[in-house]
Amino acid sequence: MSMGERIRPHRGPRLASLERRLFLRQGLSLGALALLSGCELRDSESVQGMLDAMSGWNDGVQSWLFSPTRLAPEFPESRITTPFPFNAYYGRDEIRRVDPGAWRLEVGGMVRDKRAWTLAELNRLPQVSQVTRHICVEGWSAIGKWSGVRFSEFLQRVGADLTAKYVGFKCFDDYSTSIDMATALHPQTQLSLRFADQLLPPEYGAPLKLRIPTKLGFKNPKHIAEIFVTNDYPGGYWEDQGYNWFSGS
Amino acid sequence: MNLHPLAVRIAHWVNALAILLMVLSGWRIYNADPLFGFTFPKDWTLGGWLAGALQWHFAAMWLLFANGVAYLAYGILSGHFRRKFLPFSPRAALRDALDALRLRLKHDDLSVYNAAQRAAYLGAIALIVLLVLSGLVLWKPVQLYALGMLMGDYEGARYVHFFCMAGIVLFVLAHVTMVALVPRTFSAMITGRLRRAP
Repeated sequence: MSMGERIRPHRGPRLASLERRLFLRQGLSLGALALLSGCELRDSESVQGMLDAMSGWNDGVQSWLFSPTRLAPEFPESRITTPFPFNAYYGRDEIRRVDPGAWRLEVGGMVRDKRAWTLAELNRLPQVSQVTRHICVEGWSAIGKWSGVRFSEFLQRVGADLTAKYVGFKCFDDYSTSIDMATALHPQTQLSLRFADQLLPPEYGAPLKLRIPTKLGFKNPKHIAEIFVTNDYPGGYWEDQGYNWFSGS
Repeated sequence: MNLHPLAVRIAHWVNALAILLMVLSGWRIYNADPLFGFTFPKDWTLGGWLAGALQWHFAAMWLLFANGVAYLAYGILSGHFRRKFLPFSPRAALRDALDALRLRLKHDDLSVYNAAQRAAYLGAIALIVLLVLSGLVLWKPVQLYALGMLMGDYEGARYVHFFCMAGIVLFVLAHVTMVALVPRTFSAMITGRLRRAP
């Protein structure tokens, strides 16, 4: 099977919420079956509560395991995966497009300079490149080349409070996610403007995505419209449905 | 007679539960991006969808890990492993396994593991250790990069994880079959004592 055939886009939100209800019911029956040994965890609420608590515990463990200096492996360009898979919570026919000239990057929350950025201004910042492996929560992986601005550089330029806990992202395809500040400041975390040496195409998040080779793919927001720094847990599109928040690699 | 110490019985049943949860949720995770040309029937999986299965998997892994560490520490420090698993001879294991398949293996004293049992139980322990190590690489391919390189990096670890799972499932099938053939070994793993042979 080719890569393209194997990769299915994430299910749409309506289907996902239906599946989540099914999951709760199935979690009840199988969970109760598995926990027959006298435990009281028989109703789905307490089983789900336990699973959520474990997910929170795993956030803490991952944050402890995360090294702010250890780099994700980089690969020679000969190992780049072509075609690079498209993946989103919607299909290719719903890819959002924006006029790059009209697009602005909003900056908010705990930052000194809340001025919006144009694409041209971002392009004038120092540019870096990486050839790294993107790992999807589904299990597959693919190697790609991204170029753009080191995210720590951007956060410093806007005077972000680097002691804040979270950086959140709102995207114009109605996606959202958030990351820990340690990962935001990792040297390979990159505001990407290019993919494979070309302007970022719509399918990979034009005009701006955040590339984080130390996190799973769904933590790499595409089509970014707003970046905000906060101490209040912002959650995210998939995170709110049960995917682990930290999801570090 | 006391066949299985309490610590071993607790570890056995906690491990059985942990393996059940890990395998059933693991099958649902596998289904999200199958390595081979098949998927597991959804009714045999745990979690309902990928996020639910991942939650079960990453919760039950702590049960498997903590119980496994306690069991290994007990087995080594108490001399349990030395008494039950040693001496170990691959040739004797093969001979006993072939005899067992031909229903010729005599096993009158259940307190002494025959060579085929020693191989199977040591093999199961080794498979679970490998499952944990390859699972750690899949969970943390960047932070545990050096460990991952021992098993072909992230993509190699997916196959190691899958085949060790298949090995454990085969072990469980054989193990449950043997218990069905010698049913008093089942109650022995609960009470610790062996009922007299009928």
